[in-house]
Amino acid sequence: MADDLFKALADPTRRTILDELAERSGQTLFEICARLSMKHQLGISRQAVSQHLAVLEAAGLLETRREGRYKFHDLNTAPLRQIAERWLATDTSGPEENTP
Amino acid sequence: MKIHLTSVFVDDQTKALHFYTEILGFVKKHDVPVGETDRWLTVVSPDEPGGTELLLEPAGHPAAKTYRDTLVTDGIPLAQFAVDDVKAEYERLSGLGVRFTQEPLEMGPVTTAVFDDTCGNLIQIATQPQ
Repeated sequence: MADDLFKALADPTRRTILDELAERSGQTLFEICARLSMKHQLGISRQAVSQHLAVLEAAGLLETRREGRYKFHDLNTAPLRQIAERWLATDTSGPEENTP
Repeated sequence: MKIHLTSVFVDDQTKALHFYTEILGFVKKHDVPVGETDRWLTVVSPDEPGGTELLLEPAGHPAAKTYRDTLVTDGIPLAQFAVDDVKAEYERLSGLGVRFTQEPLEMGPVTTAVFDDTCGNLIQIATQPQ
């Protein structure tokens, strides 16, 4: 699970997709492709975007939902908490307690 | 050569005529019976009565269903119409119950939105830079 997560985050295009989904959840594949090409000038095929979405979904960072005939993609930030808990959790209350 | 006609497949021509005229605001140009049940049915923009016609074509061919269903799933519009103000049009159409799969999105100089035409297609509206 952790390997999938870090692999998903390692790619700049996938991070851009997460940025865009953070701005607005519930996007169609078409909207994600439009944002990548128009806002970020990424010349990337729809098939390649689909593959990136599959990697994000496998890592739990992206969820898809069907609504009637449409399919929407939502951001799921829950897996990112694993990162916070792994290295930051013990640190959060640290600085105050360490203050002499 | 000029583009004088383009088409979208529609599930039901009567329903399509209602949506494209009463909701979107186009006007009927031609309505001619073809065969037993089909019509040669076109609409045009009231701003350009002599402009490009949109044919509301019966989606009877079996391949049309697969084609359109797959595109709708991925949110891909089949046609694009120009509007002066995408956000204003989004508000107007939403108020009339139109379902948008993409709310207005500013991408540099272009703003777009995508809605369901209730006849089996997604349609994009766009404001282009003047």
